[in-house]
Amino acid sequence: MKNPAAIGQPLDRVDGPLKVSGAATYAAEHQLDHAPLVGWIVEATIPAGRIKALDTGAAEKSAGVVAVLTHNNSPSQVPFGEPDDEGRFTQSRAMLGSDRVRYHGFPVALVIADTLANARHAAGLVEVSYDPAEAVTTTGSDADEVPDELDGGLDPDVTRGDFEQAYSESEVQLDVTYTTPNQASAAMEPHATIAEYDGNELWVYTSVQLIGPAVEVLANTLKLDPDKVRVLSPYIGGGFGSKLGLHNEAILACLGAMHLERPVKVVQHRRHVFHNAPHRGNSVQRIRLGASGDGKLKAIGHESYMPRARGYAFAEPTGASARTTYHADALLSRHRVKTVDMSLIDSCRAPGHSIGSLAFESAIDEMAYRCDMDPVAFRLVNMPDREPASGQPFSSHDLAECLREGAAKFGWDQRDPTPRSQERGRQLVGYGVASTIRMNILVKSTTRIRLSDDGSLIAWANMTDIGTGTYTILTQIAADILGLPAGKVSIELGDSAYPASCGSGGSFGAGSSGSALRDACMKLREKLVDIARKQESLKDADFDGASFEGGNLVLGDKKVPLAELVRQSGHDYLEVDGKVEPGEDHEKYSQHSYGAQFAEVTVDRDTGEVRVRRMLGVFSAGRILNRKTARSQLLGGMVWGISYALLEELMLDERCGAFVNRDFAEYHLAVNRDIPEVEIHFREQPDTHSNPLGSKGIGELSISGAGAAVANAIYHATGVRVRDFPITLDKLLEHLS
Amino acid sequence: MAVISVNGQEVTLNDDPRTTLLDTLREGAGLTGTKKGCDHGQCGACTVLLDGRRVNACLVLAIQCEGCEVTTIEGLGEGGDLHPLQQAFVRHDGFQCGYCTPGQVCSAYAMLEEVANGEASDVTGKGAVRLSAEEIRERMSGNLCRCGAYANIVDAILDAAGELDRKGEASR
Ligand code: FES
Ligand code: FES
Repeated sequence: MKNPAAIGQPLDRVDGPLKVSGAATYAAEHQLDHAPLVGWIVEATIPAGRIKALDTGAAEKSAGVVAVLTHNNSPSQVPFGEPDDEGRFTQSRAMLGSDRVRYHGFPVALVIADTLANARHAAGLVEVSYDPAEAVTTTGSDADEVPDELDGGLDPDVTRGDFEQAYSESEVQLDVTYTTPNQASAAMEPHATIAEYDGNELWVYTSVQLIGPAVEVLANTLKLDPDKVRVLSPYIGGGFGSKLGLHNEAILACLGAMHLERPVKVVQHRRHVFHNAPHRGNSVQRIRLGASGDGKLKAIGHESYMPRARGYAFAEPTGASARTTYHADALLSRHRVKTVDMSLIDSCRAPGHSIGSLAFESAIDEMAYRCDMDPVAFRLVNMPDREPASGQPFSSHDLAECLREGAAKFGWDQRDPTPRSQERGRQLVGYGVASTIRMNILVKSTTRIRLSDDGSLIAWANMTDIGTGTYTILTQIAADILGLPAGKVSIELGDSAYPASCGSGGSFGAGSSGSALRDACMKLREKLVDIARKQESLKDADFDGASFEGGNLVLGDKKVPLAELVRQSGHDYLEVDGKVEPGEDHEKYSQHSYGAQFAEVTVDRDTGEVRVRRMLGVFSAGRILNRKTARSQLLGGMVWGISYALLEELMLDERCGAFVNRDFAEYHLAVNRDIPEVEIHFREQPDTHSNPLGSKGIGELSISGAGAAVANAIYHATGVRVRDFPITLDKLLEHLS
Repeated sequence: MAVISVNGQEVTLNDDPRTTLLDTLREGAGLTGTKKGCDHGQCGACTVLLDGRRVNACLVLAIQCEGCEVTTIEGLGEGGDLHPLQQAFVRHDGFQCGYCTPGQVCSAYAMLEEVANGEASDVTGKGAVRLSAEEIRERMSGNLCRCGAYANIVDAILDAAGELDRKGEASR
């Protein structure tokens, strides 16, 4: 019988019972011997300048207050951003280090009290006055700085062929500009940290996607030996990029703990999170497409303009979709940024592709109509045979098949191609499609496993599970390779004391940490077989057909329990290390996951209200490690796509560089009723180049296209093309009557 | 000092009348299963049952709960077993990061009672209230899930409701 925990099986999450019963311990929930003191952040109310005066007297006298930390009394730190040759997740994130205000919401004080209510009340008593400086808060197509590199190490500019000439000679041309707004990751768990310091060691319970860099940033900021810093993050209430690095409350909690030598907890209030954790910047994307009369793309041009937070080197590769999805004779992709005095700008689920596809896949749709072609057919005639930007071969390419299979399953042929031709009462009905592509990355990762003499296996890595299902898929990889039931495998993650792993981000977590574990398990298999070979009683056994099933090494008709092999080794347990790192396959091949997404929407003729009626996606992401959790990742990305297309927008007050809608009543996320029936299909094809498991990234796949499918359906329903996301009803209404 | 009852156990309140039920549970009683996502009544992560009705614990002062019975996620299962709703959430993968989940489960629990009591919603047509995917979507829209597990949450609730019906528990 097949192991129900085998790779690919829809095993229930192993941490599921803990999560549904409230027993999983998130950052703010670790119980220490003594209840920690509670810190509350006082935020700056100007975007740039200096603190002129700080009066903390009333706050200090307020009930329950133990300390008010400001730049005048906080422990010594390395200045913000140093050393500048470190990456952004490891260089100093100093807080309360000087009188300088970096952005609206930047912490100017931390009030520490016995209870949350006391800290919060006293925070309101801190008086701050400022010397404001000129601040840059807005970005549009005036961005003209060239970033050194884009996120993921991509070049800011790529050109192939002569774009201007190919474009000007094209029979059919399109020159359109799309805009996407500032957006928030809005993970449901606000950023939270408890710090404990005994004068020597710093223990940090936090919510962070990358544990290794978290240790380094603390050591670099607080002038500590990394060996004296322990970071724990076993359960994370969503990250989506906003928890890749450690953010403000973590540094503040550590400052408090070091100052007082007592544990301090700082939980960002939801309103803090919008400024004290990173967001995604707004984008202006000019897209020019040229095609011949038969719909063959001749020229693809994509120019991106976005903000970059002062002193923080992150630039989003918005042109990623334009660079990789379709073939054209000439390609131009350019990224410009403008330095702004705004809170940090960083990765948000699928940096580059998510908002890049929103604009680019909409423009591609426009071009299909302009060429008088079916949007699916148009995409199909422009499939690349090599990666357009690099000219490298693809490790595998399955986009065309996703489009064909998706169109058939969705009933695309039922669609009247003419925009605004389908009506159901007051409702205008539209179908939309978008291609989906997301780069696949492998990151160096290590792990250690131990098989005990009771036959149970434990694996350690400083990996994290941010809801992606890491605990579960790692359980399956070990169970599958060693033929163990899931119950015999335990996976220990989220602790800096464990072997260094890739962490969670960029959809590389499962493939990278999973391949390291696979390596360890394969080595353990060899070790076990070696032990068995030394057994007199097994000397005639069939070692060629050795397999691992049901907790046994199976040699023909002989079964030897793994526990017995451990005992025969003369040790209490066997320990093996595993690792993976990117190799030649990652230099030689361009690697991506693929998908095609289809949406049906209705738009109310009288109110402009858009409802998504159904969505369908066909995805090709190599070998699927767990069909249940993989499907959930894709579902989640589709929800984000709907949310991006229709709802999400941080509203900026340009005068003070603050987002005004800093809560969930005003920053709209898709809710349950916004999400229709969603159908997801896998085209399972292990990619022999991606990693030893044959899997590819999945967490950021569906968001890279879902929103454009909705936007394109809105166009089909109404004949109105809104190029300014989100597509709210006010933007449609004026064109509907 | 005032005392409230949580999952049948006495919890002594602190002497600060500003303390919310949510902070009493999480900070005072060590019942961290109930989550704080916004502290503003906007996300539903803090949903608990107050005398059987769902409330946002961040919008209730603890002192208001004197004489009431508070049930949190920790109080739903029986004898160490997960409640059928909790089991259904696991089976249907009705969560990812799990942070919204206790609120979703408590909300779903009370929502099923509301349906059983014949309380109408925005999508209820004429005639008796009947549990459907559409009813669940509407009634669960006060519980945000950034991981986007909504479709699975709907399936989990439908499944659990069937199970509850068979066990004759729905009207309890
Ligand atoms: S924490 Fe109470 S509704 Fe969000
Ligand atoms: S499971 Fe993460 S927010 Fe719902």
